[in-house]
Amino acid sequence: MAGEVVLLDFWPSMFAMRVRIALAEKGIRYESKEEDLSNKSPLLLEMNPINKQIPVLIHNGKPVCESLIIVQYIDEVWNDKSPLLPSDPYQRAQARFWADFVDKKVSGAAKKVWSTKGEEQEAGKKEFLEALKTMEGELGDKPYFGGETFGYVDLSFITFYSWFHAYEVLGNINIEAECPKIITWAKRCMQKEAVAKTLPDQKKVYEFVVQLRKMFVSE
Amino acid sequence: MAEEVLLFSTWFSIYGRRVEMALKLKGIEYKFIEEDLTNKSPSLLKYNPVHKKVPVLVHNGKPVAESLVILEYIDETWKNHPILPKHPYERANTRFWAKFIDEKCWPAILQACWGKDQKEREKAAEELSKLLQFLENELKGKRFFGGETIGLLDIAGNTIGYWLGVFEEAAGVSELLTREKFPKLFNWVNEWLSVSAIKENLPPRDKHVAFMRLNGQGFWDDYNASK
Repeated sequence: MAGEVVLLDFWPSMFAMRVRIALAEKGIRYESKEEDLSNKSPLLLEMNPINKQIPVLIHNGKPVCESLIIVQYIDEVWNDKSPLLPSDPYQRAQARFWADFVDKKVSGAAKKVWSTKGEEQEAGKKEFLEALKTMEGELGDKPYFGGETFGYVDLSFITFYSWFHAYEVLGNINIEAECPKIITWAKRCMQKEAVAKTLPDQKKVYEFVVQLRKMFVSE
Repeated sequence: MAEEVLLFSTWFSIYGRRVEMALKLKGIEYKFIEEDLTNKSPSLLKYNPVHKKVPVLVHNGKPVAESLVILEYIDETWKNHPILPKHPYERANTRFWAKFIDEKCWPAILQACWGKDQKEREKAAEELSKLLQFLENELKGKRFFGGETIGLLDIAGNTIGYWLGVFEEAAGVSELLTREKFPKLFNWVNEWLSVSAIKENLPPRDKHVAFMRLNGQGFWDDYNASK
């Protein structure tokens, strides 16, 4: 099961962060290759010719693409410790549903918050906060989405926390005021070594996003 | 304990039909509840409050939504006729291509059929051709994406195997998936249509084409609005 593990990576990507958390949880040694997305490496283009996107996990020379697919792959191969998905099929279905919700509803709306302005941004902000409130409802009084322990849904969603400062400043929103339980949950997740060591500093992300925003919005 | 399996869906739901194919393949008895999407039932809203969409599978009172999530749940719960491969790498590959069909092929098909002008439709058709080529290459020499028997990717492939043709006919655009351009995929469609769990779970074609003539534009508009 060991062998060579390489991750085609990009430090601010919340999708790549998911994979790094999974690898850290399982104690897997790997080589991270940082990609310059404005000048993609031949390796990336060879390993992900369809989407040409990071993250890509290369295990013994064979590529796995799409962050949630990679995380499930990691969970299935390194199945001797720290399970990421529950073992019960119904619980697994719920976990997959909510991770899919993060991808479908949280992610797209979040992008609108930092990459648009005016009416489009207002609509994006509303969508984003609604999605967060839905997540808050699902969390309920549980310490983690996975219940008593950090799991697949927590991993899928916590990476967006590193972008919260950027969303708040660029979108002029106060996430803690709107969704206090999400912030409490995020801080709890940040106490886990695998999460704390993986997530970049929110200010550093903010500086990155400010530059990135210039490519989308003229101000 | 007696098993109760309910499926909330519609006769024309591409995603609902996938669930029916899997249930039929595995010989699972279920009750089909036809939803009127213009007047959603209280049960549907109760079982899928987040998206309020079909299909929803309800197993012994517990709901599962999102077709690919439902397919994996079915496979993990009823272990006969497995639809996912055993090896983690092949499982990841199956999941990748299923996602590819839903996230890349589906919008390209809608746009190729109901894009706002001929230029937009032709551009989408070109893009769709490139996407089909990826699937053609993925099929390699196999009879089905799942190998000798159908698997999850063949089921998710209903988009290509049937819905593509119906949409093209309804929209009056030319057929993309020809024997000349995509011999392996073309062959796959014929093999696929011969599987009873597939062919017995397709909407009646004439009715479906007529329905899509009226509703296709709405499907594309709704898709755009959700992005």
